[in-house]
Formats: sequence, C-alpha cells, structure tokens
Amino acid sequence: MRNLLRIIILYHFQILFIILEVISISLLINQNNFQKAQFLNITHKITGRIYKKINNTTAYLSLKKTNFRLAEENAKLKNIIERTYRSDEIFFFGEYDSLYHQHYFYTSAKVINQTVNKQRNFLTLNKGSNVGIRPEMGVVSQDGVIGIVVSVSKQFSTVISLLNLDFRVSAKLAKNNYFGSLHWNGKDYRKVKLDEIPYHIDVNKGDTVVTSGYSSIFPEGITIGTVSNSEVKGGNFYEIEVDLSVDFKSLVYVEVIGNLQRKEQIELEESTND
Amino acid sequence: MINPVSRNIFRMFILILFQVLVLNNIQVSSFINPYMYVLFILLLPFETPRWLLLISGFAIGISIDLFVNTPGMHTSATVFMAFLRPYVLKFIMPHDEYESGTYPRLYYFGFTWFLKYSLVLVFLHHTFLFYVEVFRITFFFHTMLRVMLSTLFSVFLIILSQFFIYRKQK
Repeated sequence: MRNLLRIIILYHFQILFIILEVISISLLINQNNFQKAQFLNITHKITGRIYKKINNTTAYLSLKKTNFRLAEENAKLKNIIERTYRSDEIFFFGEYDSLYHQHYFYTSAKVINQTVNKQRNFLTLNKGSNVGIRPEMGVVSQDGVIGIVVSVSKQFSTVISLLNLDFRVSAKLAKNNYFGSLHWNGKDYRKVKLDEIPYHIDVNKGDTVVTSGYSSIFPEGITIGTVSNSEVKGGNFYEIEVDLSVDFKSLVYVEVIGNLQRKEQIELEESTND
Repeated sequence: MINPVSRNIFRMFILILFQVLVLNNIQVSSFINPYMYVLFILLLPFETPRWLLLISGFAIGISIDLFVNTPGMHTSATVFMAFLRPYVLKFIMPHDEYESGTYPRLYYFGFTWFLKYSLVLVFLHHTFLFYVEVFRITFFFHTMLRVMLSTLFSVFLIILSQFFIYRKQK
C-alpha cells in the first residue's frame, strides 16, 4: 500500500496526464458525431469480422427454426405477389419502367451482433454499403419493426434498435388509423410505449399497432405489436403499453427497406415548408 | 504588483475571449486556423507545479471547446501540450537552469529562445489538434500542411503579442 502511494506521488504528473487525456478523448468520442462514427467504423471493421466468425458457427444451432420461419415467410410472400400482379395491371402493361412503381425495395441481411440489455441497444448486420444499404433505411423482420440503420461500412451496418432510448417511430392503431409516437422506456425488452393517442378513442387490449408510414422510412402497416395495457394519465392522451411482436432475443434474419421515393418526398416536403 | 494567480487567470480570460471572438471569426482559408490561446500555457511561470499545469491546460481547453461546441478536442490537445511543456523547457534550457525570478518571456531569454520554445510547443499542440479533428489517416499530408501553416501563423501572432505587450517593461 505504501509503495503504491509512493508510486502515485512519484508519477502523479504522468498519471494525471493520462486521466485528463482519457476524460477528454472520451468526451470527444461521445459528444462529436463525426468522431464517434469514425471510431465506430474502425472498431466495427475489427469486431465485425470476429462476430461474423462466431455467427457462422452458432447459426447452425438455430437452423431448423430459421428454416421453418423462412418457409413460412416464403408462403406469405407468394400470396402477396400473386395478389399484387392481378390487381395492378399497369405494372405489366404500362410503358413505365417497373422501378417507377416500386416504392420500397427489400434486402435481406443477417444479424451478427446485437444487445437487448443496454439502455441504448444497437444491432450489427452482415451487409453494408456494397449492397446499397444507406443510413436512415428501415429494418424489419417478418414479425415486425426492428430499427433504423445508423451507420454503414463496406461490409457491415449498424442499426439503432427499437430498444433504444433515442429511438422514436411514428405508429398508429391499425383499426382506426389514429397515430402517435412510439418509444421504449428502457425497462423490458418485450414492451414499448405508445404516446399521443387522444383519450376519446376506444383502445382495447389486443389492438394491433402498426407503422404509420409518415416517416418515409417504413412502409405503412408493418406490425409493431399489440396493445397490452392502456390508461389515461392526466392530460388528454392515453399512455399505451404495447407488447412487441418481435422477439429481439431470437433475431437471425432481417430485411432492410429502402424507400425509392424518399428523396423526392423529402425534397417536396422541405420545399413546401420553406 | 498584482497577485500572479489572478494575473494568470485574467490572462486566460482575455485569451479565451480573443480566440473565440476574434480569431475564430477570421477565416483566411481552411489551411490557416491560428489558435493563439495556447499562449496561456506558454507564459505560465517556471515554478508552476506540474499538476497545476495539466489542470490549467484542461481548464482553458474545455472553455474553448464549450464555445466552439467540440467537447474534448481542444481539451485533449491542450492537456497534451501542457504535459510536454516541462520536457521541452528542459530540452531548450539556455544555461544550467532557469534563474528564479525569471519568467518564460521574450525579454528574459531573447528572441531565438522564445521562438524555439513557442514553435516546438505550438507545433505539438496543432499536430495533435488537427489530427484529432480529421480523425483519420487518409488526409495525412493535407493535414500536415494545415498544421504547418497554422503553426507559423499562431507563432507569428504569439511573438507579435510579446513585442506589443511587454515592450515597455524594463
């Protein structure tokens, strides 16, 4: 103990220097977005590779379940495709490029790392800018909304999870289209909160909550979860608790959604606001 | 004679204000960004305890950061510079030791000494600052050029200020 004290006194200059530098560098990385992104980019390059290796092995363990889910999803997709083709004749016979009508496109990706137990949770996907993933694209699984892409490197991308205190998404009740703001309160990874639904609306347990499509990130009508509890607490709004339909602890494959008309929409909206 | 502590604190405020209100508004080009506030660290007396040196560097760095909204950037660079100051002083010592009663000023040790002293420390500070600012290795030479030009400009300002402010004293 005495020796330790002596060393501290002897090297107090160097020790204090290191402490102050650590404080300021951590300030730098946490408070400045560019430096943070750059730092994450570098660390992702390293950690991404390791996680990929680990995942390649562990993916075998859930192969059966994943396969089942894929088959289920395939069936669902086939239904949708047939329906779309019959209802939308222009899609085939119009003179426009088919891309002109396509509003969203989907890219599948695999989750290679994620947390659910922090206050700010992120996911890492195994695809990045090389397949066209860009920041601010939505991420969903077949069960519902997962999050939004925040940064991409060439091979990987990170996604801010629905389970993140900084995440907010516009959501609505499927049955009557009243919309509000959805966010996580940091407690339970299976529950989120829906605010700003006016109190005169009839809200029942079991009502489906879906995306509103106002944010231009998610298409309209993607499931988020079901209402598990609702109460009016002061003011004119409900405080609604929503059970998530996605089980974040068993995520393997997700889809990244790109909005082909997002740029056009945002430009128009901005020019209207000016 | 004013108490040296309050004199240094007064100098710190003046330098912060000068940096934030004047120098940060002069945008000659992206290559020349003078940071003159480091003069505060340069002018601290020789007898300053080394821990106080680091704390002063931290204090002035974080004040500048708060004004330009880049928490940690100037702080880390200034702490780094304050850390290196004793070593640089030892390295460029003119005689056997710095006599008591003298301060690291131009009129005590002459132009060459002060130029060497400020050039080395300002260069170290600017190198650290500019590389932390770009935070990647790709623009290495571009950043190096910025560091050099800005260092020259900062040192020029620092020496100019010495001629102006201390010209009449003894």
